[in-house]
Amino acid sequence: MYELLQQLLGDSILVYVIGAALPLLFILPYALVTVLLEMKVSAHMQDRVAYMYTGWHGVLQPVADIVKLLQKEDTIPGVADKTLFRLAPYLVFMGSYAGFAAIPFSSAYIGSDIDLGVFYIVAITSLAVIGILMAGWASNNKWSLFGAMRSAAQIVSYEIPTALSILVAVMITGSLNLQDVTHFQDGGFWNWVVFGGPLPLTQKLLLLPFTLVSFFILFIAGIAEVNRTPFDLPEAESELVQGYNTEYSGMKFAIFYLAEYANVFLVSAIVVSLYLGGWTSPFGEFMSGPIWGFFWFVAKGMFFVFMQIWIRWTLPRLRVDQLMYTSWKVLTPFLFVCIFAVGFILVV
Amino acid sequence: MTAEEIVQLLQSHFGDAIVESKFDVPQPFVVVDSKRMKEVAFVLRDDEALQFDYCSCISGVDYNDGRLGAIYHLYSTVHRHKIVLKAFCTKENPHIQSVAAVWGGANWHEREAYDLIGIIFDEHPDLRRILLPYDWEGYPLRKDYKVPEFYNGMKVPY
Amino acid sequence: MIETRTLPTRYVTHPGEIKTSSGKTLRTDEMIINMGPQHPSTHGVLRLEVVLDGEIVVDVIPHIGYLHRCFEKHAEHMTNYQQVIPYCDRMDYLASMNNDWGYALAVERLMKIEVPPRVEYIRVIMAELQRIASHLIAIGTYGIDMGAFTPFLWCFRDRERILDLFEMTCGARLLYNYIWVGGLSHDLPPGFVEKAKDFCAYFKPNIKELNDVLSYNEIFVKRTANVGVLPADVAINYACSGPTLRASGVNFDLRRDEPYGVYDKFEWDVIVGKGEMGTVGDCWDRYMVRVWEMEQSVRIIEQALAQLPEGNVQAAIPKRIRPDAGEIYVRTESPRGELGFYIVSDGSGTPYRIKARSPAFVNLSVLPEISRGCMLADLVAIVGSIDIVLGEVDR
Repeated sequence: MYELLQQLLGDSILVYVIGAALPLLFILPYALVTVLLEMKVSAHMQDRVAYMYTGWHGVLQPVADIVKLLQKEDTIPGVADKTLFRLAPYLVFMGSYAGFAAIPFSSAYIGSDIDLGVFYIVAITSLAVIGILMAGWASNNKWSLFGAMRSAAQIVSYEIPTALSILVAVMITGSLNLQDVTHFQDGGFWNWVVFGGPLPLTQKLLLLPFTLVSFFILFIAGIAEVNRTPFDLPEAESELVQGYNTEYSGMKFAIFYLAEYANVFLVSAIVVSLYLGGWTSPFGEFMSGPIWGFFWFVAKGMFFVFMQIWIRWTLPRLRVDQLMYTSWKVLTPFLFVCIFAVGFILVV
Repeated sequence: MTAEEIVQLLQSHFGDAIVESKFDVPQPFVVVDSKRMKEVAFVLRDDEALQFDYCSCISGVDYNDGRLGAIYHLYSTVHRHKIVLKAFCTKENPHIQSVAAVWGGANWHEREAYDLIGIIFDEHPDLRRILLPYDWEGYPLRKDYKVPEFYNGMKVPY
Repeated sequence: MIETRTLPTRYVTHPGEIKTSSGKTLRTDEMIINMGPQHPSTHGVLRLEVVLDGEIVVDVIPHIGYLHRCFEKHAEHMTNYQQVIPYCDRMDYLASMNNDWGYALAVERLMKIEVPPRVEYIRVIMAELQRIASHLIAIGTYGIDMGAFTPFLWCFRDRERILDLFEMTCGARLLYNYIWVGGLSHDLPPGFVEKAKDFCAYFKPNIKELNDVLSYNEIFVKRTANVGVLPADVAINYACSGPTLRASGVNFDLRRDEPYGVYDKFEWDVIVGKGEMGTVGDCWDRYMVRVWEMEQSVRIIEQALAQLPEGNVQAAIPKRIRPDAGEIYVRTESPRGELGFYIVSDGSGTPYRIKARSPAFVNLSVLPEISRGCMLADLVAIVGSIDIVLGEVDR
């Protein structure tokens, strides 16, 4: 992508600005669609119809919401630490947005084709913790601080299962570059890492149980990392009012929301790229190519976004100690077994 | 156990602590000395034959003749019998012994009676206003209560 | 000039010290945090002063009275006994029918009025419908407390059907003023019986649906089982009543043990907590007792509808209700427990003194006892499982 832009525009700063802004072109419309999707899915699960008046079946409601949030008065508590309070939402969004740089949307587009892509994503998304802690601390509100502390503990603990389950896929594909990982799985759904990758049949069958388990764990840990139900303790509204973003209003609040939805897609994108063939077509050569690649990637990603919404509106919330228990005593040991087994199978 | 038997038993235990009893009303009651409420309550709760373990309700009443009263409705979940206790005090000296140590549920009822009627329950673990603000003055359910015109310096609109 | 006074508080904090690796000494102390009066899971304007050691609750001090509307003072200043009924409606605004009935029954007992059989049956039907509606809210909001939003709206969908029935009967959806001293405000409308039967048929499968999505959900059980255990002896000592008491394994229901209305003519079971998922008397039991009670209420309604006699809906009572001087304490089983009315009459047309013994008030007083040592999230679970309505706590 950069090469193309560089040929067109020469080696200027503009190239980097355009290159960096491209994922935003995806995230903003995506966020609008997902807000609507979330409302509609939840409504139909609950025997309601959700928005019906703004546009056909209320499709314009997210736009109206954005306009409303833009117009809202931006209140900052008198005793808040104003600098940190203003900085926090952008830092949270930055963490998730930077992660999009290494996501291969299609065979033709990846923000930055770096060799340590997965590693980079795991590292950079942790930046959100700092933003959340900042938000909680700067609000000068005990409930916000509670939310921030919970969030920090949660994200740090769930980093372990996430990294380990990423490791399982990386061991099979042999690369940390997501574009290479995706290329590795080319040639139909049978070659996806979740089904053992394009390896000899006996190896595939031996790998299958372990890849399946680590795939599910990656998804679960991903939900936990983005603080969605059943792991939404940092913003558990029935306990902590709204957690770290209690005191936020207007556009700052909207940016927290944007960051959350961006994170939701980022998690889905990582799952899809590592385990479900990324932008590759499930039918081999049929419907493949850069444009179809983008379609497949977004379609798979949106499926997992839908899954997260579905789970959110079905399950209750875990308690703090149960959350930690799940991470350290259930998911992590399972993944250690997976890593050893996969390594053993691959070597022998 | 009928009310007569209960009262007889209490009288055999305490004698003069049982001031009065009345049986020809729909719900028979016993008037107990307000200074000895607690020991009577302990016996009512712990005696094998009585076992009044469930204190339904404590109501404070201003009789408008200089007396205040606390009315205890007791029930036994074991023997399924009931009794009503009454304890009286004067408005000038509104002290009745607390039974919060006997029945946990009495705690808030007594706080409410203190809050609204102004009966002071001696030996209560945490006697403070419950329904009204902490700095409210007066006891609204007393019959001679005048609605205040000012609350904390603010005029109360009518 | 407003003089502020320090509020009396009684908890003891435990300041301590920790040493950091660099040799510094840091002071530690418990955090005191105000849960409410504006908080999503205190079910109204309850304020809990929570002393926290990290996430562990050291002590809870409930502060109530934010919704105190002087029911008792108002009742003394009405011009007659009937006028108190709308105030009873507003006490427990989720179970107005039961409150009306409790008050009407107390006045009727005081005056020794016998009401016609049709009135008794209609009152039972209304009270049980109201019980289902009230339990539906308790269950639904409990789901929200646990983070499950969907069951809440399912419950509201079903409750809406009951409110439609009430609206059809008396025109109001929340505050009915339907049960009067000596009878009802008016008879059932035509078609009510069929609609009520339809509702029963519609509602029974929904209980199973609710159990599938919430009651037996693994996470929900983990969050509620063995949490906030209320032992039977503590429950009785604190005079807890209703589902809160029955969940602790005490088989006590005023509808059966002190029958009023025509409850003794129907076949139904008293639901008692069994500790199916954990200990007897935990939050899950309190929740589940309500779920099964709804099923029993449907049973009662079906039988009452089948036996509903014809007749008058107002007993012959004097135009102006004027009980003889005397006093009476009458208790009925409201959805939240023992609702008692202590009425002192001085022979005039207005009550001399009314004390309402509200079940939620008494049940709430046990909260500090059972929530010490639990986690903050458990505190939410416990408050929700007690099912308080602040309108009734504060009156």
